[in-house]
Amino acid sequence: MLRLVVCIKQVPQVSELPWDPDTGRLQRELAEGMMNPACRFALETAFSIREKVGAKIAAITMGPPSAEEVLREAIALGADKGILLCDEKMAGADTYTTSSTLAKAIQSKIPRFDLILCGSSTSDGETAQVGPQLAEELDIPGVAYVDDIEITGNKARVRRVADQFLETMEMELPGLVTINARSYIPRYVSMTGFQAAFAEDITTYDAAALGLSPEWIGSKGAPTKVLRVYSPRMDKKNIVLTGTTKKIIGSLFSLFDDRIGGIIGKDLKTDKKAK
Amino acid sequence: MNEKRRAIWVFGDYRNYFQNRVTLQLISRARELALPIGAQVSVIVFGHNVDEIVGNYTAHGADRIYLTDHPRLAEYSMETYSFLMERLARQEKPEIILIGATSFGREFAPHVAKRLGTGLTAGCIGLDIDENGLLVQRVPSFGGNLIAETVIPERRPQMATVRPGVFQELEPDPKRVAEIITVPMPEHMPPDRIRLISSELREAKVRRLEQAKIVICGGRGMGSKKKFAKLYELAELLGGEVCATRPSVYLNWAGHETLVGQAGKQIRPNILLSFGISGAIQHTASIKNAHFIIAVNKNPNAPMMKMADVAIVADASQICNALILELQRRIATKQSHPSDLSGNSAV
Ligand SMILES: Cc1cc2nc3c(=O)[nH]c(=O)nc-3n(C[C@H](O)[C@H](O)[C@H](O)COP(=O)(O)OP(=O)(O)OC[C@H]3O[C@@H](n4cnc5c(N)ncnc54)[C@H](O)[C@@H]3O)c2cc1C
Ligand SMILES: Nc1ncnc2c1ncn2[C@@H]1O[C@H](COP(=O)(O)O)[C@@H](O)[C@H]1O
Repeated sequence: MLRLVVCIKQVPQVSELPWDPDTGRLQRELAEGMMNPACRFALETAFSIREKVGAKIAAITMGPPSAEEVLREAIALGADKGILLCDEKMAGADTYTTSSTLAKAIQSKIPRFDLILCGSSTSDGETAQVGPQLAEELDIPGVAYVDDIEITGNKARVRRVADQFLETMEMELPGLVTINARSYIPRYVSMTGFQAAFAEDITTYDAAALGLSPEWIGSKGAPTKVLRVYSPRMDKKNIVLTGTTKKIIGSLFSLFDDRIGGIIGKDLKTDKKAK
Repeated sequence: MNEKRRAIWVFGDYRNYFQNRVTLQLISRARELALPIGAQVSVIVFGHNVDEIVGNYTAHGADRIYLTDHPRLAEYSMETYSFLMERLARQEKPEIILIGATSFGREFAPHVAKRLGTGLTAGCIGLDIDENGLLVQRVPSFGGNLIAETVIPERRPQMATVRPGVFQELEPDPKRVAEIITVPMPEHMPPDRIRLISSELREAKVRRLEQAKIVICGGRGMGSKKKFAKLYELAELLGGEVCATRPSVYLNWAGHETLVGQAGKQIRPNILLSFGISGAIQHTASIKNAHFIIAVNKNPNAPMMKMADVAIVADASQICNALILELQRRIATKQSHPSDLSGNSAV
C-alpha cells in the first residue's frame, strides 16, 4: 500500500475578489477561500493512483485556522486524513520557509511516504516554487509540471511538456511531483464522503509541536522580504488628451514621437524643412 | 580563480530559441544593474559542444563565461544542473543570480535557491538596484492585479526568475571578448535519481498575436465593420497585429482567432492601441502586461481609459483615420530623406 501526501493550499477566489473601488486595492481580508485549482488536481491524481495500485492519502496544509476547510473538502472527496499546520508564527512565510515547515511536518508525522503531490502553482502567489523546494529540503527527486504519472514498483514514470519538449522521465521513489491544473470532471461528494469530512480526524500542529524554532519559520525565517504591494493601475501617469482631432494628434506626436518611433522602429520626428 | 569583484550571474538557458532570447535579455539588463554596484556580468553555461552559445553570449554583452562542457550535460538535467550550479555559486559567491522564467528556469531556480539557502522571487517583471545596493524585484500576483516589490536583504546570492520579453536584448557586437573560465566536471557526481527516457521538441505553434510587440485592438466603439477594417491599415503602417474584443468578434468585424481576453488570447506588446473598448475585466486581464497603452474612447470614465498611459477622449474611428494620415506623412517625409533614418531615437 503506497503512502501519498498531497500538499494543499487555500487561496482567495480570484474571480470574485473584493476590490476597493477608490484605491483599486484588493481587500484581501474579505476574500472567500477555496482550494487552489492545481492542488485540487494533485488530489485527483492521488485518487487515480489509489484506484490503480492502492494507497493511503494524507492531505496537508499550512495556513490560518480557516484552512481547515480545504482539508475537510479533501477528506470529503476521498483523502484519508488531514494535517493542519497552523501557528501565528508561521504567517508571512515565503516559499523557502513554507517548504521548510512542510518538510519538517512530513518528516516527523508521515516519515515513510512514497510520493508527495503538490499543485504546480497557486493562483495567489503563482510562484511554483514550493514543490521543487520541498523536494530539495527532503532530499528526494522532484519533477514539476507533470501531466501524467504511472507508478510501477518503486518507480514513477511521468510525462510533461516543458519549453516545447514533450518529456518522459522515470523517477525513483520516494519522490515528489507537482501537477498541472487542467480541466477535469468534478467528483461528486458522496454521502459517506460528506460524513467522513466531519468524522475523520484533522490533526493540528503548531510550531512548538513540530520542534520548529520561531527564528526559522514564517516571515522571520524568510530570506525574501516584501517592501510594498500596490495596484499597477495606480502606477500609470494617465495623460488625458482632448479637443479636436488635429490637436490630439499634434499633442500625441509632440509628447510621444520618440517613444512610439522607438517601439515601431521608425523615426517619426517631422522634418520641418521637408514640409 | 578570480579577483574579488562582485558579480551578477545570468544562467545560460539556451535549449530552444525562446529560452535563449530570455537569456540575452537578462544579460542586457544585468549590464545595467551592474553599474551602480560595480559588478561584472557572468554567464553560466552547462552543456556539450556549446561554443556557438558561448560566442553568442559574448557578443551580447557577457564579461565572463563559466563553461562546463561535458557529454553528460548534453541533455538538460535538473539534478545535475542544480548540483553544478550550487557548487559553482558556493565557490564564486555571486551577488545576484538571474534566471529566465522558462519552464526549465522556473523549476531549476527554486532547487538552486534552496540548496544555497537563499531567497528567490518568481517571474519578475522588473528589476532595479536601490540606494542600498539591493536588488529590488517586482512581481505580479493575483493574475497581475497586484504587484509586490521584494528584496533579499541578508542572504546571498539574491535570486530571481524573470519573464521573457520584459527586457530588451542588446545588439550583438562580434568584436566583444569575454573571459572564458572552464570549470571541469567534478570527479564525483551524485547519482541521478531521475532518468530522461525521451524528449521530443514539438513544433512551435505560430503565436503571432501573443508575441507581437505592436498590437491594435478594436472594440464595439469602432462602430462598423468598414471602420474596423481601417485598423488593419493602421497595423500595416506600424508593423503590428490587429486584435478584437468579444463584441467585435460576435459582430463579425474580426475573426475569432483575434479575440483577446479571458476567452481568448493573452498579449504583452510593447505598445497597445485600444480603440472603442470599455475595458471589462474579462478583456483587461489579458492586456495588463502591455508596456504602453494608448486608448481612444468617447467616454473619459471608461475603465480602459483609466488604465491607459495616454487616454484620448474622441471618436475612435476618426482618430484611427487621422493617425493613418499622420503616420503616412511622417514616414513618407523620412523616406524622401533617407539620411534621417539612421537616428532611431528610442527613449
Ligand atoms: C465569461 C465571460 C468571458 C468573456 N471573455 C471575453 C474575452 O475573452 N474578451 C473580451 O473582449 N470580452 C470578453 N467578455 C466580454 C466582456 O465582459 C465585455 O463585454 C467586452 O470586453 C466589451 O467589449 P467592448 O469594450 O468592445 O464593448 P463595450 O463594452 O460595448 O464598449 C464599447 C466602448 O466603446 C466606447 N465607444 C462607443 N462609441 C464610440 C466611438 N464612436 N468612439 C470611441 N469610443 C466609443 C464606449 O464608450 C464603450 O466604452 C467576456 C464576458 C464573460 C461574461
Ligand atoms: N501553505 C501551503 N500549505 C500546503 N501546501 C502548499 C502551501 N503553499 C504551497 N503549497 C504547495 O505548493 C504548490 C505550489 O505553490 P506555490 O509555490 O505557492 O505556487 C501548491 O499547489 C501546494 O501544493
